[in-house]
Amino acid sequence: MAEYAWPKMSERSLIGKRISRLDGAQKAGGRAKYGSDQNPQRLLYAAILTSPHARAKLTSIDLSAAKSSPGVTAVIAVEEVGKEVQWEGTILAAVAAETELQARDAVRKIRVEYQVLPHVVKDDDVAKAGNNAKPAGEQVQGDPDAAKSSAAFTSQGFYGLPVLTHCCLEPHGQTVQWSGNEITVWSSTQAVSNYAGDLGAQLEVPATSIKVHQDHIGGGFGSKFQSDQWGAFCARLSKESGGRPVKFFHDRNIELMIAGNRPSHYAKVTVGADASGKITLWESESWSSGGIGGGNIPPIPYVFTKIPNQRKNHNAISTNNGGQRAWRAPNHPQASYLTCCAMDDLAAKMGKDPLELFLTNCELTTREDAYRRQLNKAAKHIDWTSKWKGRGKSRQGYLAKGLGIGVNTWGGAGHESTATARIHPDGTVEIECGTQDLGTGTRTIMTQVAADTLGLPMEGIRLKIGDNAYPASGGSGGSTTVGGVSSSTRIAATDALNLLFEKVAPSLDNAAPGDLEAKNGRVYVKGNPSKGMSWAEACKKLGVAPIEVQGRNNPRNPRGLNTGGVAGVQMAEVTVDMETGVVVLDKIVAVQDIGLVVNPKTAESQVYGAMIMNVCGSLYEERVVDQITGRMLNADMEFYKLAGAPDIGEMICELEVDEENDSRGIIGLGEPPTVGGLAAIGNAVANAIGVRVPMVPLTPRRVLDALNGRNS
Amino acid sequence: MQAFTYANPKTLKEALASLAGSWDEAAVLAGGTDLLSLMKQDVYAPKKVVNIKGLKELKGMERTGDGGFRIGAAVTIDELMKNRLLGEEFPALRAAAQGITSPQMRNMGTVGGDLCQRPRCWYYRNGFGLLATGTDGKSLVPSGENEFHAILGHGNKAFFVSASSFGPALVAYGAKLKIASASGVREVNAEDFFRVPASATEREVDLKPNEILTEIVLPVSRGSQSATYEVRQKEAFDWPLVTASVMVKLSGGNVSEARIALGHVAPTPWRSKEAEQAITGKAITEASVESAATAAVAAASPLSQNAYKVQLAKVALKRALLAAKG
Repeated sequence: MAEYAWPKMSERSLIGKRISRLDGAQKAGGRAKYGSDQNPQRLLYAAILTSPHARAKLTSIDLSAAKSSPGVTAVIAVEEVGKEVQWEGTILAAVAAETELQARDAVRKIRVEYQVLPHVVKDDDVAKAGNNAKPAGEQVQGDPDAAKSSAAFTSQGFYGLPVLTHCCLEPHGQTVQWSGNEITVWSSTQAVSNYAGDLGAQLEVPATSIKVHQDHIGGGFGSKFQSDQWGAFCARLSKESGGRPVKFFHDRNIELMIAGNRPSHYAKVTVGADASGKITLWESESWSSGGIGGGNIPPIPYVFTKIPNQRKNHNAISTNNGGQRAWRAPNHPQASYLTCCAMDDLAAKMGKDPLELFLTNCELTTREDAYRRQLNKAAKHIDWTSKWKGRGKSRQGYLAKGLGIGVNTWGGAGHESTATARIHPDGTVEIECGTQDLGTGTRTIMTQVAADTLGLPMEGIRLKIGDNAYPASGGSGGSTTVGGVSSSTRIAATDALNLLFEKVAPSLDNAAPGDLEAKNGRVYVKGNPSKGMSWAEACKKLGVAPIEVQGRNNPRNPRGLNTGGVAGVQMAEVTVDMETGVVVLDKIVAVQDIGLVVNPKTAESQVYGAMIMNVCGSLYEERVVDQITGRMLNADMEFYKLAGAPDIGEMICELEVDEENDSRGIIGLGEPPTVGGLAAIGNAVANAIGVRVPMVPLTPRRVLDALNGRNS
Repeated sequence: MQAFTYANPKTLKEALASLAGSWDEAAVLAGGTDLLSLMKQDVYAPKKVVNIKGLKELKGMERTGDGGFRIGAAVTIDELMKNRLLGEEFPALRAAAQGITSPQMRNMGTVGGDLCQRPRCWYYRNGFGLLATGTDGKSLVPSGENEFHAILGHGNKAFFVSASSFGPALVAYGAKLKIASASGVREVNAEDFFRVPASATEREVDLKPNEILTEIVLPVSRGSQSATYEVRQKEAFDWPLVTASVMVKLSGGNVSEARIALGHVAPTPWRSKEAEQAITGKAITEASVESAATAAVAAASPLSQNAYKVQLAKVALKRALLAAKG
């Protein structure tokens, strides 16, 4: 049985090192090619017609004028007459033409008649949702009524988070060629290995006929797992256009309307505590919506799951809006906000420092020591003890400062992954894997793992990913990639190396293959580098045939290489202009539990990106829909606001890298740091201004309305 | 975007000859930061686009014979910001430019374009027309999403706000705008250039389809003090929520003359004679700016979601007056 365990921290040549992304210069220099950069010969362009109505029945669709429009090669009805459209932006028809302009001109000529039907697009008031609200049924634990009457303190509050969109920099889409029996897709997907099966099912063609290739992707955040209807109609347009390739990517407005969103969450929460501040009661009436399918039940109380007495009610509200998709740590950012804000308000009611309240209640979590340690570390980073003052007590002139706390948890164990390692007689090495680099550094960390395992420099590995011709590997979601691909790579490279040792050993005084090791570009008897040979010489012993081995990460038996389960704490410091309501984020701190870190630089980069998303979500981002017209009013990047560089403030990231955590194996880090920051910033604003602003984003309107007792 | 013909005239005369009697026929293209968005979103589809960015007659900034200052309409925001003399003598204008924090906008956008840009009202941009009309013929704004809309001067009809960053400062300075057509040049006060349209087919500026805004002329600034204060949520590019531009002359410590304009509160830059009267004759103090600010918003009639803008208008005006005092 081969030994795959990660080398000791002190014995790693590349794993654990701060190595810059291998594709960084390519991306920064504009040379990286995305799916939308692919311009195969005789390329056609697709455009779509979408519904301007949030709900309507299609009574007729006339494609004839579009079909005869100049340059048009194919027109497809995506929806049929009689269909009831359930959200604005529903794709009704698609056109392929020689130029983008001709495709759009043809779309304008499609005649559609609608019977407009009543719609519901708002989700912020459960009382107004009527039949659109579906109760999930009450959940009770312990004796909440008794807990309420015996509590020394109770605090009631309302908290809400509106729908956000993924707003990927690269919109959803693809370039597709369906020529003869073969389909080639240049995709923008989080799941290269799964794409062919998904598209094949839509088109009723075998997955084996579909080639998928992707070097880079401009963001997915959970919204790009499917081939989607645009993958299918784009392929059909290609087929109907005689097999010419067709390119289709969403315009920004449709991207924001229909290509995924993070569901809203709202809750009326009551928390109770005994005189010492130990929480004894949680009651919540929550509701959420992610479009027509309703919304998810938030995992509340979040992290502090051992609150003994709980009563929870939830309603899923269905609305006539584009549907939700997984958004980086689904439901966790919202649950953290609902829980940590309620706890912060309880602390305020008790006249207690919220840091103390959080510390007191760590015993209600499943990782008591971790949260206690992290709260203390984060407090030190943000200088909590000397800076924290009670609510509304730090105003100077028209500026007020505040501090706040949020917490997170996540899994992050590795997904199913296979990788091939191939050592050629000339000493070159290939690693092949049907994974994808979402921009997280997958390319870089896989190369580190392979090179470290084989005792080679980074340049000694040719890594091939982003193609479904390579061994299958899971979709990149839920922080599962780094654990999956690092483990499959480690296993494949280890097995390949052992085969090489078998070939080399006879030349080293018949040493046992198991006595050899590969380090610093040499293969030698363990502990005796002079008794050995260079990597190139060793590989010559292969003769003419390369070694090829496949490694697999089996999530049910990850052999100690990866695992899941992390804790994290974020704290924020803000300055609020009390007269204008403008909130400025001064500083945000993340202390994050993590397992073995393959590359601290790319890991920290995940945390920074996540914290920026927290700034956006807490201060700026919100889907604005109009109940009268049923339209999304800010499907653009002008009023769908995101933070720019000067809005982000100072960011501090402490990854808890130590022997103990390292021994747990690799744990994914994409999701957890996106959780907790919203609560930290929301609580910091409440601390600064003296009152709770119930809803994020914390716009000047909401801050001033809260200060003036207006209900926004 | 729909297909159009493109004219690239070499002189102002040629450009004027390329224009037509209706907005549907021809549009003027300068920086393109607004026009191209409107065309891409199918809000506007002119048959012809006439490029004026290269016209020499529209470029340059210089002192005028009487000690004022001329700015060509095609001067970019970046060029304006880098003009030292203009910055020293007209700080309210420079501060307004500094509020446009997008380098792309500064590099491409022009001063004339800032004045002529269409409103950012999201109903207008989503195809409901300048007056945001619903199927019942009434405005969608009062019972819709109106947090960024007008609190003054909307007449319960035109609820969009003027998007111009420079408008309020030009009104405060009493600037004049020169407008050329094939039949000659006319001059209008900056204050009169902006207007509230009576119908969705009218423009919100005093410009005919066959005219081109060619230059902005600022009067002598000597003896005056001025400032602009902008309330904006983001530091990175973002539209202002409210701005205030003020120009005051002080005599013996008291305000002898004041011109005050608010931005992003009304369909036009909103000159507040009430605030001017309230501050005139008084020293600029916390108390006097408070009463001027109160006067400025006395007539405000906020909508369901934008009461906060009344406070923002007051705060912006107070801070602008205090900044002008120095």
